Amino acid sequence: MMKSFDRTEITLLLCIPVLIGLGFILPQWIVNYIQVSLGTGLVAISVMTQMRSGLVSFGQGLFFCIGGYTAGMAGKFLGVSDLFLLLFLGALAGLAISFLLGFLLRRYREIFYAMLTLAVSMILFGLLSSTEELGSTDGFNLASPTYLGWSPEGEMARYALYIATCIPALLCALLLHRYLRSPMGFVGEAIRENELRVEYLGTSAHKSVHITYVLAATVSAIGGVLWALALGHVDPEMTNWTTSGQFVFISILSGTGNIISPLFGTFILEIIRVYAVEISPNTWQLMIGSIMLLTIIFLPKGLWSLIQPSSSVVRTTLKKSTKDSKETRS
Amino acid sequence: MLTAVAISLDGLGFAAWLFLASVGLTLIYGVMRILNIAHGGFYALGAYSAAWAIGLYTQTGQTIALTYLIIPVAALVVGVVAGLTIERGVMRYMYGRDEVLMVLVTYAIFLILEDVTKLIWGTDSYIAYQPAYWLGTIEIFGIPYTIYKFLTIGIALAVGLVLWWGLTRTRTGKLLLVVINDREISSALGINVTLFFTATFVIGATLGALGGALTAPEISVVPGIGAEIIVMAFAVIVIGGMGSIGGAMIGALIVGFARALSVHLYPPAELFSIYIVMALVLAIKPYGLFALSEGRKI
Repeated sequence: MMKSFDRTEITLLLCIPVLIGLGFILPQWIVNYIQVSLGTGLVAISVMTQMRSGLVSFGQGLFFCIGGYTAGMAGKFLGVSDLFLLLFLGALAGLAISFLLGFLLRRYREIFYAMLTLAVSMILFGLLSSTEELGSTDGFNLASPTYLGWSPEGEMARYALYIATCIPALLCALLLHRYLRSPMGFVGEAIRENELRVEYLGTSAHKSVHITYVLAATVSAIGGVLWALALGHVDPEMTNWTTSGQFVFISILSGTGNIISPLFGTFILEIIRVYAVEISPNTWQLMIGSIMLLTIIFLPKGLWSLIQPSSSVVRTTLKKSTKDSKETRS
Repeated sequence: MLTAVAISLDGLGFAAWLFLASVGLTLIYGVMRILNIAHGGFYALGAYSAAWAIGLYTQTGQTIALTYLIIPVAALVVGVVAGLTIERGVMRYMYGRDEVLMVLVTYAIFLILEDVTKLIWGTDSYIAYQPAYWLGTIEIFGIPYTIYKFLTIGIALAVGLVLWWGLTRTRTGKLLLVVINDREISSALGINVTLFFTATFVIGATLGALGGALTAPEISVVPGIGAEIIVMAFAVIVIGGMGSIGGAMIGALIVGFARALSVHLYPPAELFSIYIVMALVLAIKPYGLFALSEGRKI
């Protein structure tokens, strides 16, 4: 475990007070988008985390939905409204379910991983769409949360929720960043390069994939809780494969270079979406598709490679060695 | 007894529909190693063009019989135009890239096709019931069935047979098997690999469009049918083993009967029974029932 903070971590930590401060200055609608995209952004970074191991999850919406529905159901059936408890419950649900599913999914790679994650998320989609107690395809509404017994009202409630979204979201990003820089995180990159060699070197690829999967799922579930509270509504669309596809899109567009890029990418996409849908609702997907194609063709490492060319990424010897091996391969 | 008959007939009907919708997908994967999400787009294009053409034609008041010609023609036109454009315009620059990346490329194309469909035909629903209605119904143990359904089952069988025959009994098919086994060697032997790829992609796209066109008379054609079918088609070909035509047939039967069973015995399960079957099969046979085994490469 590294003790010192690197640049990304310092940036993430600095972002907390900056975002909270911006919450008081910026117009309400931008603040709303920041809040919403922090929720979905957490799912995007968990997709990105899996991509580092070469695993494309086409069903990350599953845990996004589990988080949202857990929070909603805890409020609806158990009367829980405390934000911290909701976050805990959501994360716990994501953790428990992904831990169990992980035993199945860790055996799969490449398109089979994509397909199976998709299948599992569609099972939940079908289940929720046909459960009338949970509002079928319409979903249901969430009450506004309280904070350790404190229940603010009006403007105050909005700011409180905004602040309560920023802090856990950025801390989760920090956690995933730490994970990717830890020895276990680097095993993930090695799996992407050549899994058999990883096993010859005496490391269990299954274990690494399982840990990555559970971590990504837990963070996605937290994202789901925050997103659901921000919108005050959940519905089965959260786990439809088209939603999961958007998270993959964000990760491709932003690139897997840094944990901040998908977070930022989500926000940009959210803003573009609002305008695109307003101006021309029927060409929105056409734009997304074209951008995605162009990114894959011309910027295979995503937009982040524009900000940080790969030569300056090399900072630690460990990173350098992985890069060298990549060059000799290609 | 009645339920059993209903389940088996519905199961066959679903299976025929699923097979037609997914056989092009498994063909493209088998030859090109591309899991083509854009297949859902071809399906939707086929359904829209057929429904639109049938609507135009029936307005003229001519005999309905000719609509059965419109369906394959619409599918062929759409499949060839869209398939050629996409293969020549985008896909050929991507060959040799990572399989997962190809999924993302075809996903992007799928998104584009969705909106192209909306731009051409708008967001209203199209209904072209005439061909299904005109053939009438027959009663089996007192339950009425449209003859059109049996027609689809027949076409599904015919498509399967033709593909099997084409792949295993003709010279072209045998050359294609060589291409599947080793692209480099086959191109060194003088086989035109590029042509095989283009042809396969166009045939796959046409089959997808045909699946949509044949379904159009039985449903109301609305935006989003492509997204719905593609996940089901994935389930079918993953169960059967990707790239295997026979596997797609078995997969379609399994999924079709799973769906028919849930529709008749426990309707709420209809939406997810397919994926449960898929997850179960994959948990036991990780690469599907009829997948060719591949050695791990160091």
